[in-house]
Amino acid sequence: MPFSELQMTGEVILEARALRKNFGGLAAVDDVSLEVQRGVLHAVIGPNGAGKTTLINLLSGDFLANSGTIFYRGHDITRLAPEKRSRMGVGRSYQKTNVFLGFTALENCRLAAQSRAPRPLHWWRDAMADKAQIEKARGALAAAELIQRCDEIASTLSHGEQRQLEIAMCLATEPELLLLDEPLAGMGAEESQRMIAVIARLTATHAVLLVEHDMDAVFQLANVLTVMVNGKVLVTGAPDEIRANREVQNAYLGAADSLR
Amino acid sequence: MFYLIQLLNAVQYGLLLFLLSSGLTLIFGIMGVINLAHGSFYMVGAYLAYWLAKLTGNLWLAIPIGTVITLGIGGLLETTIISRLYRRDHLYQVLITFGLILIFEELRSILFGNDVHGVTIPPALNYSIPLTDTLSYPVYRLFVTGVCLVIAALLYWVIYKTRIGMMIRAGNSNREMAASLGVNVPLLFAWVFAVGTALAGFAGAVAAPISSVFPGMGNQILIICFVVVVIGGIGSINGAMIASLAIGLADTLGKVIAAEYSAIAVYLVMALILLWRPQGIANRA
Amino acid sequence: MIPITLPRPLLFIALVLLALFPLTGSTFYIQLGAKILIMAIFALSLDLLVGHTGLVSFGHAAYFGLAAYTLALISPKYEAATVWLTLPLAMGIAAFAALVIGFFVLRTTGVYFIMVTLAFAQMLYSVFHDTPLGGGSDGIYIYVRPELTIAGLKPLDLESPVQFYYLVLIFLIVVYGLLKRLLHAPFGRALAGIHLNEQRMRSIGFPIFGYKLGAFVIAGALAGIAGYLAACQFGFVNPDILAWQQSGTVLMMVILGGMGRLHGAVLGALTYVLLQEILSAPAIVGAFATHWQLAMGSLIVVIVLMFPRGIGGIFDVALRRYSYRHPNAIQ
Repeated sequence: MPFSELQMTGEVILEARALRKNFGGLAAVDDVSLEVQRGVLHAVIGPNGAGKTTLINLLSGDFLANSGTIFYRGHDITRLAPEKRSRMGVGRSYQKTNVFLGFTALENCRLAAQSRAPRPLHWWRDAMADKAQIEKARGALAAAELIQRCDEIASTLSHGEQRQLEIAMCLATEPELLLLDEPLAGMGAEESQRMIAVIARLTATHAVLLVEHDMDAVFQLANVLTVMVNGKVLVTGAPDEIRANREVQNAYLGAADSLR
Repeated sequence: MFYLIQLLNAVQYGLLLFLLSSGLTLIFGIMGVINLAHGSFYMVGAYLAYWLAKLTGNLWLAIPIGTVITLGIGGLLETTIISRLYRRDHLYQVLITFGLILIFEELRSILFGNDVHGVTIPPALNYSIPLTDTLSYPVYRLFVTGVCLVIAALLYWVIYKTRIGMMIRAGNSNREMAASLGVNVPLLFAWVFAVGTALAGFAGAVAAPISSVFPGMGNQILIICFVVVVIGGIGSINGAMIASLAIGLADTLGKVIAAEYSAIAVYLVMALILLWRPQGIANRA
Repeated sequence: MIPITLPRPLLFIALVLLALFPLTGSTFYIQLGAKILIMAIFALSLDLLVGHTGLVSFGHAAYFGLAAYTLALISPKYEAATVWLTLPLAMGIAAFAALVIGFFVLRTTGVYFIMVTLAFAQMLYSVFHDTPLGGGSDGIYIYVRPELTIAGLKPLDLESPVQFYYLVLIFLIVVYGLLKRLLHAPFGRALAGIHLNEQRMRSIGFPIFGYKLGAFVIAGALAGIAGYLAACQFGFVNPDILAWQQSGTVLMMVILGGMGRLHGAVLGALTYVLLQEILSAPAIVGAFATHWQLAMGSLIVVIVLMFPRGIGGIFDVALRRYSYRHPNAIQ
């Protein structure tokens, strides 16, 4: 689908304008704008150090922007704390696995689902007695294709399974926007394909921002691509346009083969 | 004039605090160790000064010798116990150094008893400079201020202007990197710890004629040092200086305004800073 | 993974032993037993913070002492106050102090947190030591213990050592049970999450400051119960009850006993008090009795260096085999 037509469809869930983040004298994110619609997967790619993870941190609230604005469904969330953004519907998975290693996979997701729970008897009743919450957690695990390992302690899961748990936890909070930071990092071929299928399914119902290095996955999944170099946006467009773009090929320093 | 006296007192107390706190904050910042027994070294220095002065009749001898002995004790402690704490949780460091405090206090009790002892000011400094008809200021206090300033200047010079200081600051930010650059990290740590405790001991020795030596003197002042480190930021010498002087002022002002509540003034300052900048004055967010 | 509380059979045995203990007859030992149980309540309250939420508070004696001082200050000189009024008041003041102090200290983390909790407790110590508010360093005597009356009847006479012991035991059971309930409830699970990974908890939408403050206040209130009972038993309150040594001692109990397990806190209190009794008994150690802190300090250093998981950790292996499993076990 040509890029210009994409702008007409779907509900804009996330809109970032002129975001800037400085560390000391260095602009890690410099005048970055983008938008993500429901049902669309917007991938952000670029060489190492381009500022992609910093961008996700700005969107999730882990970092505060120096300037620029972020709108979530029309609300200005630029200065909101991460927990508030999460409650509004922003879900984020981490590049370096950030799960609760001491809990079972089910408990990880149950706790995530608990964050949405109403409060009565919050101090008294047994947490495991809330069947609805456990069902939500199981649902999230199923969506991430991890349900068969739900009773395993997270630290005993394989690397790929932990990455799946990352996403499952995110899903258990019932977000509308998914910020996925290199979900395929360190995964083998088979695991990657499974994860790609999971993300593709999720894109139908969510707005997804994906940061990834795995070009195979990016071109299978993305509806829109943004290329970042040195903190700035080089170009934004449909995958085919990006693939053919000379500047982008140069940015990857002659590794043009990896883009095909 | 009265206020000049209070100001001089504040500066003197603040500089003494700085000597203590700089050791504490460096040990924190570089080795990541919280050492509750740091105050005990203040006590060790003070009691050694008292004992050596009684033995030799000469405080001028007692202070340097006491400081060197403290250096030795600190180095010994580092190599035997403290070095095992670097990778451990702060919780265990707190617990073990708490045990060390108990040991130090009891040893002091066994060796020197539980009474308060005075330390006589050397005759050369045992007079006061008249400021007005009725007010005068003890020269010994000026001496203490002067000596602390000299040591502070020395400390700044070493940390910011020498290769050793560079190594220390490198170790502060990245231990592995410093090691790979050829710095003998265990040796560096042992020296930093020993010097830190020696500073504390020196402060105790020099202050002994003013404050007397008494049980628990180290722990009292340790908590104030913690406040200094919290306000100034861990690892920051500049922060320690600013905070020490601020605390000195707050404490002295507190005594002037309401003697009974003066101790609380220090903690109120801390509470205010916590509201404004929880990570300390000198540290960037 | 090791469960938070003992397996049911073991709990039952422990309870029976504790209940039968006063039958040994000796007043000295019954009073010692009550003291241990009081310290156990104190240690349990701190374990909620240190072991379960990961908040290392080095100023917990502040709430213990405030409750004790409350009783001392409002007790009439030669009459008995009533438990129904004095206990809630003491707990309330301790909880309120925890609320105010928590608001400040929970802005910090890590070592800073340890230091500021210590500093605030020291501030309270200074208030009671330097000002005439609590009788200064001389302290206050409580000549008559509070009385517990229901509809004109006195079910328990607090002046009797045996009955006082049972009152303390009841409180211990209630506190233990409450904490167990709390830790299995959503609030407790959130605390466990905060302990494991604070950043992730924020990321999935938990307002962690509120949770930490809640834990801090509950811990303060429970410490208040212990402080109140301690004042009852000892009949005398002075600033030392708020001193950093007291905060350090209870922290030691929690760590020595093994953190994160409720029975660990109780074990730690038992071990510490018994150790102190043994080390300071002239009959056992002779001339060194007055310098028992030397041995205690050395023991602490050795134990912590050699047993990172505390005494409770030694029992972990046995417990692993017989752990009590809730049908849908939360580990």
